[in-house]
Amino acid sequence: MANDRRGDVGGAAPDRELLSAADVTRTIARIAHQIIEKTAFEPARAEDVVLIGIPTGGAVLARRLAAAIAEFTGTAPAVGSVDPTLYRDDLRRQPARALEDTAVPESGLDDKLVVLVDDVLFSGRTVRAALDALRDHGRPRAVQLAVLIDRGHRELPIRADYVGKNVPTSRSETILVSLTEIDGRDGVALRRGPGDTGAGEDA
Amino acid sequence: MKHLLSVTDLDAAAANGLLDTADRLRQALLGREVRKLPTLRGRTVITMFYEDSTRTRVSFEIAGKWMSADTVNVSAKGSSVSKGESLRDTSLTLSAMGADCVIVRHPASGAAHRLAAWADRDATMTGTHTSIVNAGDGTHEHPTQALLDAATLRDRLGSIAGRRIGIVGDVLHSRVARSNVFLLATLGAEVVLIAPPTLLPVGVEQWPCRVSPELDAELPGLDAVMMLRVQAERMHGAFFPSAREYAVRYGLSDQRAALLPEHAVVLHPGPMVRGMEIAPSVADSPRAAILAQVRNGVHVRMAVLYHLLAGAPE
Repeated sequence: MANDRRGDVGGAAPDRELLSAADVTRTIARIAHQIIEKTAFEPARAEDVVLIGIPTGGAVLARRLAAAIAEFTGTAPAVGSVDPTLYRDDLRRQPARALEDTAVPESGLDDKLVVLVDDVLFSGRTVRAALDALRDHGRPRAVQLAVLIDRGHRELPIRADYVGKNVPTSRSETILVSLTEIDGRDGVALRRGPGDTGAGEDA
Repeated sequence: MKHLLSVTDLDAAAANGLLDTADRLRQALLGREVRKLPTLRGRTVITMFYEDSTRTRVSFEIAGKWMSADTVNVSAKGSSVSKGESLRDTSLTLSAMGADCVIVRHPASGAAHRLAAWADRDATMTGTHTSIVNAGDGTHEHPTQALLDAATLRDRLGSIAGRRIGIVGDVLHSRVARSNVFLLATLGAEVVLIAPPTLLPVGVEQWPCRVSPELDAELPGLDAVMMLRVQAERMHGAFFPSAREYAVRYGLSDQRAALLPEHAVVLHPGPMVRGMEIAPSVADSPRAAILAQVRNGVHVRMAVLYHLLAGAPE
């Protein structure tokens, strides 16, 4: 989920920058190269790989990764998004959440190699929900996970195949991911204390 | 949102929020083999219908089932209602059985409001929360019909604000018309009621709409026209001279449909009386969105159940 982003809380310690705009661009390029290598991506079989982003941040990252892969290989993989909200296990803990876009490529997910993309990996519960959602859309040959930031504190046996940056955090801290398409600029920062969304259990 | 009783409880943001959720639910189910979401697992939804219905009851049931709620249908015929049980006792019984949501249709205007007031009072005593959805109360309101009409219009026209929508026919007996006038006005549309003076309710001049008796004069300026069913079952007097005269003056014939602009959409809440308020050829033409309305009905009702039942209780 798009977690812990936006807003400024005055008074507390300043946010610490983890990735600059240039770092974000470089990190995405590196993950794109890793995806090409690990999935043995070939332009002739480009439709075999599908990048599925988790809205909102992951969906943007999936599109950027696809663009980077297209730049390096000449062919873009299929891109889509799946909103896991309807599959979450914590819906009853807060007022009904707004739903986000779900757009599965028309070629479907059956027998495809799906790379699930999110901005921050935290408890693993969002990914668990997304895996359940994927299952209802088809039967991929395999599912891999790519994240920009892994901040630890997993509550489920889930790990990422591609990690932009590992960031040891305490539970009381917040990772703030900004992406140009949503926030007008790229960057990742660490805030001591909760974000204004109170989304501690997200991601 | 705790209950859905009247469209006047929704402001533009809340109404658009429901329509957006309905769109997202349609996306989530698009092209899937498994049309089932786990979202309302373990929640119980009871439909309680004291009047006949096909599409409303069935689409609420499908909406609940597609989201994994347990749905139970109660109708007045075949239940203890026919033995003389009061609405109050029936509703107490259903909430004692653990209903999270009761969807009610009743011939008396205001029945859903009464149920909601009782449910709120019981909630403070017993700690149970039962949401009430108005699925049509007498000649008063039918909020989910107005929402699915709005969803269909938004879909077909791209927007609702600034559009001119005509509602034609038996406004007096139509809860669909009342809910549509208020919801479409909230969403920024210009609404025109077109009906013979005998089929307009008292106080219609205070509604947020214009009234016109001349269908032919209005048709060229409409972005959409909604034909209402003539509700013979609620008519206990002479509201117009004959069915034939009504059809001639207010029925949407081929010639009349030709007066509409190219892009205009034809809606009908159903059930249709073909040849009375709408010609069969118009009902089956590409500009008719009548089956799209039915399809949207399921997604809109899923959205309502999602907003009432998926989050933490208020």
